[in-house]
Order: sequence, then structure tokens, then C-alpha cells
Amino acid sequence: MNSEPIIQLIDVKKRFGSQNVLKGINLSIYEGKTTVVVGASGQGKSLIIKHILGLVKPDSGKVIVYGKDINKIRKKELKEIRSNFGVLFQNAALFDSMTVFDNVALPLRERTKANEEEVKKIVDEKLDLMELEGSDDKYPAQLSGGMRKRVGLARALVLNPKIVFFDEPTTGLDVALSNEMYRVFYRTQTRLGYTAVIVSHDVPKILKLADYVALMHNGVIQDCLPPEDFQTSDNPVIREFVQKTMGYIYESEEVEG
Amino acid sequence: MPILRIFERIGDITLYYINQAGRMSIFLFHVIVSIFKPPYYKIFDITKQIYIIGTLSIFVIIFTGAFTGMVLGLQGYNTLRKFSSEGLLGSAVALSLIRELGPVLTALMVTGRAGSAICAEIGIMRNTEQIDALECMAIDPHKYILAPKFIASIISMPLLVAIFDVIGIMSGYLIGVKLLGVNEGSFFSSMYKNVEFIDVYMGLIKSFCFGLLVVWICSAKGYYVHMERKGGFGAEGVSRVTTSAVVLSSVLILVFDYFITSILI
Ligand SMILES: Nc1ncnc2c1ncn2[C@@H]1O[C@H](COP(=O)(O)OP(=O)(O)OP(=O)(O)O)[C@@H](O)[C@H]1O
Ligand SMILES: [Mg+2]
Repeated sequence: MNSEPIIQLIDVKKRFGSQNVLKGINLSIYEGKTTVVVGASGQGKSLIIKHILGLVKPDSGKVIVYGKDINKIRKKELKEIRSNFGVLFQNAALFDSMTVFDNVALPLRERTKANEEEVKKIVDEKLDLMELEGSDDKYPAQLSGGMRKRVGLARALVLNPKIVFFDEPTTGLDVALSNEMYRVFYRTQTRLGYTAVIVSHDVPKILKLADYVALMHNGVIQDCLPPEDFQTSDNPVIREFVQKTMGYIYESEEVEG
Repeated sequence: MPILRIFERIGDITLYYINQAGRMSIFLFHVIVSIFKPPYYKIFDITKQIYIIGTLSIFVIIFTGAFTGMVLGLQGYNTLRKFSSEGLLGSAVALSLIRELGPVLTALMVTGRAGSAICAEIGIMRNTEQIDALECMAIDPHKYILAPKFIASIISMPLLVAIFDVIGIMSGYLIGVKLLGVNEGSFFSSMYKNVEFIDVYMGLIKSFCFGLLVVWICSAKGYYVHMERKGGFGAEGVSRVTTSAVVLSSVLILVFDYFITSILI
């Protein structure tokens, strides 16, 4: 942890009416590393991502991306920062009146000068990567939930972003396919070296991919640690989480030990 | 204290509407600025919207134009006959259509047909996070979704008004001259004599303003569906905001009609 973090949340608080969701989030994301955010449903993991993307403004606290407080900069600068992002929303947020092909092609068409031939080549390649060949002409409503997720992933990766945000990338995929997705992430990350922020419930498998694991509980990040340290942490909340999600191996050790 | 509660509520509602008016003005400003910013449009984006807003409205416009012209012929004839000046029918029909009814009725029909569709489309995009997704891709939704609709509406409205006027005058002619027996020569000569450039100019200004007004109100309402006072969630939120967009846009058309007339007359 010697280099400067590229994303930093400092004491971010957010409440909705009487519900106090984020009670002071502190989190640092380091360049080229994969940070996995875990935690029970409804704790505010997706909300943290939305704060980093600048879609939700915190009640107090700062969100700093590339050294700039994204709630204080001008629209143009925010747009520049966002041009480094590739985002998969939890609900995929595909453009529902466009075909799969056009969805994935949209960032290329709007943000680059690529001609139609190049667009087609790149989009086909990304769709193949996500094992979606043959669905180019379908509309999002005609896809299964898992396919929608994969179209969202293809769209998030199509411009080779510097930072990716995946909100539950493998929820709704079968085991074989989610393993394949992890392999794809691993391959693309080693090739492109992007920084990744992944929200996932797929513990322990996702830990193999992680450089850091952050546990979100009770409105705060309990700790952000490398996976090995995470699994052996003294923090009682993290210990409980590890025991619950990774199950009997650790429990039985405890019983035996 | 129930009395205080009432004032609190009135204050809340007032603040909400002031807030909404401000938000919608800023929205208008952003869209208009984005229209003139690069990247420039692919022509297809705009022609597609012109097709949706303009071309698909032509049939409705022809229909309403025809019946409006017919009823104007009928009413005008019966009123003018009392003063035995049926010969002025041509100018009466043409002036009321060109100055008032053409722009106003066309704008109302376009609000009902295209405005509601624009509002619902954008409201659904908002509620399903598609607008957030665009922003995160560093694509400006003002530029990408809204600007083509604004351009298309501003181009389409005057053309639709022109169609409405022509069809209306033709139907007034059919009823007045062919059915009720007004002299054909005096029908047209009174029209040539009394319709001046300022009348056409007024109709044109109105149709531009209404074109902007309809697309502005309807798209801004949809764009901010999540900030609605009564909750803009899901399908019901979109349906409610669409209704209120159509009502607001229709009312504002009539209000602006009065003010534009009073300025130009
Ligand atoms: N716009 C909003 N208005 C009101 N409450 C909200 C809003 N967005 C999120 N919340 C609340 O914030 C909490 C956190 O939501 P969030 O979607 O971040 O959960 P999550 O950790 O991603 O859960 P999951 O794992 O199920 O996706 C929830 O209790 C939710 O009700
Ligand atoms: Mg979530």
C-alpha cells in the first residue's frame, strides 16, 4: 500500500429519510488492483459505487477520484474522469429499445471515431468473449437474466476502461459460466491492467480474484485487507462473516482445535 | 398546532414548485447549449425523431385541420350572414386559422401524440437507470437523447402548422363556397386583401415557440420523474408524470398563446 490510491472515500455519509445507510465510509482503491466489496444484502454496497460514479451526492464527506473531489468539479471534468470508467450496474441498465449489438456498440460509436467495420469487429469480439454469439439482434427484454448481465459486462469492457465497476457480475449465472467469467476477468485484467471494484456475494470464490477485500457492515467499511489477512482477521464482524460464508472448514478447525 | 401544519404544507408545496421551475429552466439551458456543442449529429438521429414527432402526426393534423376548417366555415357563415357580409368568410376563416387555431390546436395535438410519448420514454429510461448508465459512459444524455428531440420538434411544428392551416382553409372553402353558396370570388379576394405578412409571421413565431415548449415540458418532466413530489417510482410514476406533462404543456400553450399575441399584436 505504498502508492497513492486513485479513488478515495473519506467519511462519506448518506441517509434516506430516517434510514441512515452510510455512516462514514472510508475506502481507498489502488491502481491496478482488484478491490472486492462484500457484505449482506441492503447494506449499501451498490450505493458506495454510485457515490464513486458521482450519481449520488453524499450528505457529508468526500469522494476523490484521480485527486479530484468529484462533487466539486465542473461537468466537463467529471465527464473526463468518467471516460475512464466501465460500469456494470446491478440491474445491467441496458438500453431496452436497442439490440444487444447496438448496446455494446454505443460507447464505440459515441466516444470514438471508429468506423462501422471496426465497430463490428470489436463488438463481435466482446460478445464472443462473453459467450453471447448469435444474440446480436435480440432486444434486452428477450434475454435471460444472466445473458443481460453478460451484455452489460461486454458493454462495460468495450472501450478498454482504466477503472471498472462491477456490481454483482456473476449473480444469476450458472457455476460453469461464472467460473468462465472469472477467467475472463483475470485474462482481461492481466492484459489491460485495469483497476477493478467488484461488489459480489460470491464468497469465497471471488476472493481468488481479489487483491483487497472490504467488508461493509452497519454502514461502515469494517476493514479493507488482502484476502489472506481478511480470512484471519481479528475483527469480530469479519470473523463472523468469514465463518458464515466459508463455512465448515474454519468452523471444524475451531471445533477440533 | 394544525394551523401551523397548514402553513408548513403550503410552504412545502410552494418550495417544491419553485424548485421544479428552476430545475426545468436549467434543464432547458443545458439542452440548448448541448445542441450547439460537438460532436455533431448523425443525420439519422434527427430524421428519426422528425419521423416520430412530425411525420407520424400528419394524419391527426390533417383530420383535426379539416374539421376545424369545416366548423369555422359553418359558424362564420351563420354569424356573417347576420351582417350580410358572407363575402368576408374567406378572411375570417384564414385569419382565425393562421393567427390562432392553427398553432394552438396543432401544438395541443402534438402534445397528446408525441409529447406524451417523449415523456414516457425518457421517464422509463430514468427509472431503469439507463440515463445513469449513459452518464457513466461519459455520454451526455442532454446531447444524445434530448437534443435530437428538441431539434426535431422545432423543425416539425411549423411544418405541421402549415399543413393544418392549408387543410383548414380548404375545408372552410368547401363548406362555405361549395355547400353554403358563398361567392367563390369574394371568398378568395377577401382572404388576399385581409391576410397580411404580420399574420403569417405571428403564426410562425407561435409554432416555433410551441414546438420548443412541448418538447421542453414533456422531456423535462420525464427526465426528472425521480424527483416528483408524489413519488415517481416504477410504471405508476411514469404514468403519473406523463399525465401531468400533458396537462402542464397544454395549459402553458394557451398561456403563452395569450402572451405572444399580446406582444406581437
Ligand atoms: N434512492 C434511494 N432512496 C431510498 N433508499 C435507498 C435509495 N437507494 C438505496 N436505498 C437504501 O439504501 C440501502 C442500501 O442499498 P444498496 O442498493 O446499496 O444495497 P446493497 O448493499 O447493494 O444490497 P444488495 O446486495 O442486495 O444489492 C437499502 O436499504 C436501500 O433501501
Ligand atoms: Mg446492490
